[in-house]
Amino acid sequence: MSDTESSKEELILANEGLEKAFSRRKFFGIMGAGTAIMVTAAACRKDHGGNMNGGVNLGSGDIGILNYAYALEQLEAAFYTAVIDTPYSGISTMEMSYLKDVRDHEVAHREFFKAALSTKAIQALEVNFSAIDFTSRTSVLGTAKAFEDLGVSAYNGAGQLLVDPGLLGLAGKIVSVEARHAALIRDLITPGSFGDMTAVDAMGLDLVRAPKEVLSIAGAYLKTKLNANNLPTS
Amino acid sequence: MNLFNIFSEIEQSDPEIYDRLDNRRKAMKQFANVTGKVALASIPFALGSMFQKASASPTSPSDIIIDTLNFALTLEYLESEFYKKAVASGIIPAGNALSALTVIRDHEVAHVNFLKTAITQAGATPVSFTAASFDFTAKGTFPGVFSDYGTLLAVAQTFEDTGVRAYKGQAPNLISNNAYLTAALRIHSVEARHAAHLREMRKAHGSLVPAGVDVKPWITLNQSGIGSPAVQASYDGEENVTQAGVMITNIGGQQISAAAASEAFDEPLTKEQITAIVTPFFA
Repeated sequence: MSDTESSKEELILANEGLEKAFSRRKFFGIMGAGTAIMVTAAACRKDHGGNMNGGVNLGSGDIGILNYAYALEQLEAAFYTAVIDTPYSGISTMEMSYLKDVRDHEVAHREFFKAALSTKAIQALEVNFSAIDFTSRTSVLGTAKAFEDLGVSAYNGAGQLLVDPGLLGLAGKIVSVEARHAALIRDLITPGSFGDMTAVDAMGLDLVRAPKEVLSIAGAYLKTKLNANNLPTS
Repeated sequence: MNLFNIFSEIEQSDPEIYDRLDNRRKAMKQFANVTGKVALASIPFALGSMFQKASASPTSPSDIIIDTLNFALTLEYLESEFYKKAVASGIIPAGNALSALTVIRDHEVAHVNFLKTAITQAGATPVSFTAASFDFTAKGTFPGVFSDYGTLLAVAQTFEDTGVRAYKGQAPNLISNNAYLTAALRIHSVEARHAAHLREMRKAHGSLVPAGVDVKPWITLNQSGIGSPAVQASYDGEENVTQAGVMITNIGGQQISAAAASEAFDEPLTKEQITAIVTPFFA
């Protein structure tokens, strides 16, 4: 399939998958006026098409960003599912209760993206948690902190890459929950570290990372390779 | 508070404003992506849309972005002046509690300074408030706000949860400007970190927590976890379990309770809803 054809196919599938999930007016507004130009632009960037670098292609445009979020939510959900299945030694009742909540939130996020993306969703990813000692509170909470801060920084960086304001609103609904998780996990490790200088800078601004940076960090925990080459960069 | 009526004024005078802003955003995206001679044909469209301005009558602001930033600045003043008084109140236990509220105060002061600078650098005039601009008892609703620690924490939690909802509701107004949007998102998640910590503090302290209610770092259904109907408007709507038409409860065959489904997504509030909530706190 040529790049032009695959771009058209992608747009058509995107339409079918997202039509029920997002505002029809907004979505068709974007796709209607923009389709011809977007396809043309894609055709001019053959070097970015396909899976030439290998790995699961996240896709382009807003779909690509949603798949990027879906990948991160898969990682988080898999992690907390393992944490609850094999709790670390000495876990308190309160910690178990909080971590079960967090697992449920992340599973809900994962399933939401899967449903919203429908046929455009990437596959289920294989994780690699060999670096995590699930019996150790320090290892588990340290990883949880890294994942939550990473998630916050990823959503904060992805907002400007989205075109549809409705999708931006949806991402906003999730990122603040990730920030609540990050604050709690940090406080479990060191009370009062919810927003210390490793998370919030001198201007009072939270972490922000571009997809490439996020995926290079997340990649250490994923067996499945991801191809982010078609994601928007501005 | 005429300031808070800015958006509705724009909407009334120009009902298509949001559609046109969407177009501006879209045009800029396309312009950035366009390469090759075939696509050159789209440039006049892109430029025309990019520089399309909101209608500028003498009584309406020329840029919705500036008004959104000034709305955010107003809320940051509310928070920063609140925490300045809270930290100076003498009723916050020394140690972790005072440290945490001092950290939060410093963040809110930094947000005020950041937004003031951003608005000034954009060539516009930032709104300005002082301690005297506010009545943190909310016209007598919270008489113990700086004399009763439980009340202080309850008001703080409400401000943070409300602030999260305010930024969430306003972020789409900034979608045409990457720098302002990203800055607003980075403030938004800081407010969420504050909210989570204040909720932990309230759980530990227990004051004003209704019997049988577990205050968690996240918002369960529409529960404030505060035994006062005065804060309920800040929590109404958080019980939502349907996102973009997708039912989250038990989604995908997973055991996700309605409580967890509501916790997993924070909900926005409109400018009008936020205005109604914060207006009693203005003197």
